[in-house]
Amino acid sequence: MTENERSGRHLSLNERLLFESGSPGRRGYETPVEDFDRAPLSELIDPELTRDSVEGMPELAESEVVRHFTRLSTWNYHIDLGLYPLGSCTMKYNPKVNERIARLPGFANIHPYLPEELVQGALAVQKLLEDLLAEITGMKRVTLQPAAGAHGELTGLLMIRAWHESRGRPRKFILVPDSAHGTNPASTVISGYRTVNIPSTSSGTLDLDAVRRSVNEDVAGIMITNPNTLGIFEHEIASIAESMHAHGALVYMDGANMNAMMGVARPGDFGVDVLHLNLHKTFSTPHGGGGPGSGPVAVRDILEPFLPAPLVERAPDGSYYTDGNRPQSIGRVKAYHGQFGMHCRALAYILAMGAAGLREASEVAVLNANYIRSRLEGEYELPYRTPTLHEVVFSDRKQAANGVRVGDIAKRLMDYGFHPPTVAFPLIVSGGIMIEPTETESREELDAFIRAMLQIAAECATDPDMVRSSPHSTRIGRVDETSAARHPVLRWTW
Amino acid sequence: MRYIPSSPEDRKAMLAEIGLESIEDLFSSIPKGLRLNRLLDLPPAHSEAELIEVFEEWAQLNRAHALSFLGAGVYPHRIPTIVDDLISRSDFYTAYTPYQPEVAQGTLQAIFEFQTYMAQLTGMDVANASLYDGSTALCEGILMAHRISQRRRFLISRAVHPEYRAVLETCSKRLGLEIELFGYLENGRIDEASLASRLGDDVGAVAIQSPNFFGTIEDTGQLAELAHGCGALAIVNIAEAASLGVLKGPGAGDSANRQADIVVGELQSFGVHMSFGGPHVGFVASRKDYVRQLPGRLVGMGYDGAGKRAFVLTLATREQHIRRAKATSNICTNQSLCALMSTIYLAALGPVGLREIAVDNVQRAAYARRRISEETSHEILFNGSRFNEFVVRVSNFDKVWKASLSDGIVPGVPLGRFYPELDGTLLVCVTETHSIEHIDRLVRGMAA
Repeated sequence: MTENERSGRHLSLNERLLFESGSPGRRGYETPVEDFDRAPLSELIDPELTRDSVEGMPELAESEVVRHFTRLSTWNYHIDLGLYPLGSCTMKYNPKVNERIARLPGFANIHPYLPEELVQGALAVQKLLEDLLAEITGMKRVTLQPAAGAHGELTGLLMIRAWHESRGRPRKFILVPDSAHGTNPASTVISGYRTVNIPSTSSGTLDLDAVRRSVNEDVAGIMITNPNTLGIFEHEIASIAESMHAHGALVYMDGANMNAMMGVARPGDFGVDVLHLNLHKTFSTPHGGGGPGSGPVAVRDILEPFLPAPLVERAPDGSYYTDGNRPQSIGRVKAYHGQFGMHCRALAYILAMGAAGLREASEVAVLNANYIRSRLEGEYELPYRTPTLHEVVFSDRKQAANGVRVGDIAKRLMDYGFHPPTVAFPLIVSGGIMIEPTETESREELDAFIRAMLQIAAECATDPDMVRSSPHSTRIGRVDETSAARHPVLRWTW
Repeated sequence: MRYIPSSPEDRKAMLAEIGLESIEDLFSSIPKGLRLNRLLDLPPAHSEAELIEVFEEWAQLNRAHALSFLGAGVYPHRIPTIVDDLISRSDFYTAYTPYQPEVAQGTLQAIFEFQTYMAQLTGMDVANASLYDGSTALCEGILMAHRISQRRRFLISRAVHPEYRAVLETCSKRLGLEIELFGYLENGRIDEASLASRLGDDVGAVAIQSPNFFGTIEDTGQLAELAHGCGALAIVNIAEAASLGVLKGPGAGDSANRQADIVVGELQSFGVHMSFGGPHVGFVASRKDYVRQLPGRLVGMGYDGAGKRAFVLTLATREQHIRRAKATSNICTNQSLCALMSTIYLAALGPVGLREIAVDNVQRAAYARRRISEETSHEILFNGSRFNEFVVRVSNFDKVWKASLSDGIVPGVPLGRFYPELDGTLLVCVTETHSIEHIDRLVRGMAA
C-alpha cells in the first residue's frame, strides 16, 4: 500500500517550529565591530518610540538554522524531484544556469535609483526581453512592471479602461467565460468593471453566438484564455475579436497557457489587443513555493500610449534610458522596474532556447499532454472530446461510481510519488482532473505517471476505501481543513 | 534542446500511440490561417557557456560596486550566506503554491513562521503569507480599509514613498476612492494640524510611513489616536523593516486607541537582494477582527486525521480561486521565496542581531550627519528622530553631484524628482554596510 515501483521508504526528520527552539545567548550571525564616536541612543531617537528587544524571537546558532530549514525543505515535493502535472501552472524544469545568472553581483546588488548610466546592462536586459516577448506574442510593446499574472490582468484591464475613457466613457462590463481562471473575474471587479458570464459550448469552447448576443456598447472587453483551461484552442477567436471590435470593445487574452503555442501561433495575429504572460510558467522562472512570479503585459499599437510608466527606450547612440513622460499612461502598477531578477532568468531561457527551441518546447508539451490523454482516456472519463493542446482535463465520473472523488485520486497519487494534477477545476467540469505535463518530462516519467493513474483507477474499483483514506505514505495524513478554517490559528503564541 | 528529454524515437512512438502522423497534426485545432508560417525572429540559441558570457558582459555594465548611499525604499544590508544557500535548495524554489499540504509541509511551516515573525515585529495580531512588494501592499491595505470601513476618502501622508503613492493612485482611482494628501512639517514629521483639518466621518483610513520617506520616525500612536477619533483606521507603512529592530511595532501602542489597525510594508531589508528593485517582498498585518478582510494567502495550523500537527492554506473563501468576482483581492501568488529569505534572515539574526544592526544603522547615519554638518556647508534638514536616512540641502548641488559620481560615489537620491520643493536636496542612506572610511569618503566628496 505504501511502497511501489517509484516510491520507497526514506528518513524524514521531524522538526519543531523556530519558536519552540533555541536558547538565550546563541548567535546565528555576528556583525563586525567598528570603533567610532557614538551618541547615546536616547539622544538620537525619542525613547518613547524605541523598544529594547523584539519579544518572542528565538536565539539560534547558524548550524541550527541550517538544519531547521533543511529538514523543512525535505517535506516538499518539487519539480526537481519529479513530474508536477498541475494544469494551467506549467511546472517545467527551471534551468540552473538562470539562477546563477540572476545572482551575478552586477544584477543582484544594484539599486534601482542608480543613475541610468551606471545600469546600462540591466536596462539592456529589460529592453531585449521586452522586444523578444513582443515578437513571441506578435504584439507591439510590452511592460515588464507587473509582479505576477493576476497583477498583469489588472494592468491590462486598466489599460482597456483608460482606452475607453480616452474615447469618452469607460463602459461597464467585461465578458468572462465560465471556464476562466478565478483571477479573471476578481481582476475585473478590482479594475472597476462588472463581469458577464459567458457559457461554454458542449465542445468546451466559447459560444460565439453567446458572445455576439452579449456584446454591446456597454461592454468594455472580453477576457479569453487561449488555449482555454480545458486545453482547447478557441478556434472562433478571430470571429470573436471581430465581433468585439465591431462594438468598440477589446480582447484581453489570459496568456497563462502560452506554453501551448510558442512559435506556432501568435495572439497578435488573431485579434488580441492585450495579454499577460507568466514568466514563471511559460518562461521557466521558478515558482518559488508560490512566488515571486512576473506578469509582463503585451499590447497592440492602440494601447501603447496607456502602458504603465516608465518604459525602457534606446537612444540613437545606443544607450538605454527610462521614459516616464507618458501622459496617457495608466501610471505605475509597481515601484521601481518590476521583478527584475525574474526578467534575467526569463531572458536567459529565451536565449537558451532560440526560435526553434521555443517551438520545440510547445510541440513536445502538446505531444506529452496528448500522449497522457490517449493512454488514460479508457480509464478516466474525458468530458470534452475536442482535440486539446498542452493540457487535458478528465473527470472523476467513472471513479465516483465507486464513491471515489477527484480529491481522493489526487491524494493517492502522492503514494505513487507524484504531485497531483490541478483538481476540481475548471468549474465547468464536475470532478475535474487537469493534467499539464510540460515538455521537460521524459517518456519514462510520463509512463510511470500513466501506470500510477491506471493502477489508481483499478484500486478505485477493488479497494475504494483505501483510496479514500489515502495518502498512506506522506508525513501527515489529510488535514482537517474545515476546523482549521473555523478556528484559524495563523501564528504561534506563547 | 538540452531542457527537453524527448528523443526522436520517443516522439515517433508517442505520435503512433496518439494515432497521428506528424507533430504538425497536434496543432490541427488551430485554424491554418492563424498559424505562424515562419520561425520566430529571435537571437540564435545559446549554449550554457555563451549564456554565462553574454550575461556577465551585461552584469559588468552595471556599476554594482559604486560606493552608494542610496536608500529610499531599497536598502543595502548584509545578507548572511545561509540565506541564499538555503533558498537555493530546489525543494523550496522549484515547488509551487502549497495547495496539497501532505507534500508541502516545508513551505507551509516556513510561511507560518513568517506570519508569526511579522506579527511579533509589528505588534499586530496576524500577518498574511506576504504580498508582491511594499508599493502593492499599501494599495492592498487601503482597499482592505475600504472594505472594512465602507468609506471612500483616504488621507495619505506626502512623506509616504512617492512610488508607493503613484501605485496607489493607479489602483484606487477606478474604484472611485478619493486619495487626499497631507503634508509634513519642518521637522520632517507629518503635519498633524493639516491632517486633523481634513479628517471627518467620511474618512476610511489615514496612512503614514515610518520611518517616513525622509528617514524621520513618526509617532504612530499619535496618528492612530487622531484617526480613531473620527472612526477612521490607522494604517502604517514600513518601507525600512530593519528599523523594527529598534523601534516599537505600530501595533504595540500603550492603549488600543494608540495602536495601528493595519500595518503594511516591504521586507527587502530582511535578507533580500536589491536586484534593481525586485523581486522583493511585501506584507500586511492587522488586528484579528479584520482577518477575514486580509488579502492574499494565509497559512493556518491544524491537525491531520491522526491528530498530528499540520499546516495548511486556510480561509481560502476570501480568495479568487473560490470566490472569483467576490474575492477580497485578485492576488493569486504571494512572494513565497522572498518571504522565506526574510524568515531565514530573522532566524539567523535573532533578537540580539536584529537590534545590533538596527542600532548600528542609527549610529552610522548619525555619524554621517554630524560629519556633514561639521565639515561641509550643506544643511541637514528635518531634525526629528531618524533611523538610517536623512535629507541634506546641498549648497552647490550640480557640482557636488558630478564630483561625487566621477569619484565613484553615489551620494544619495536627489529628491527634486519627487518633491519640487526639495530640489537641490539629497536623501542619504547609511547602513551597516558603510564603514567609517566609506562615510568619510562621502563627506570629503560633498565638501569638495
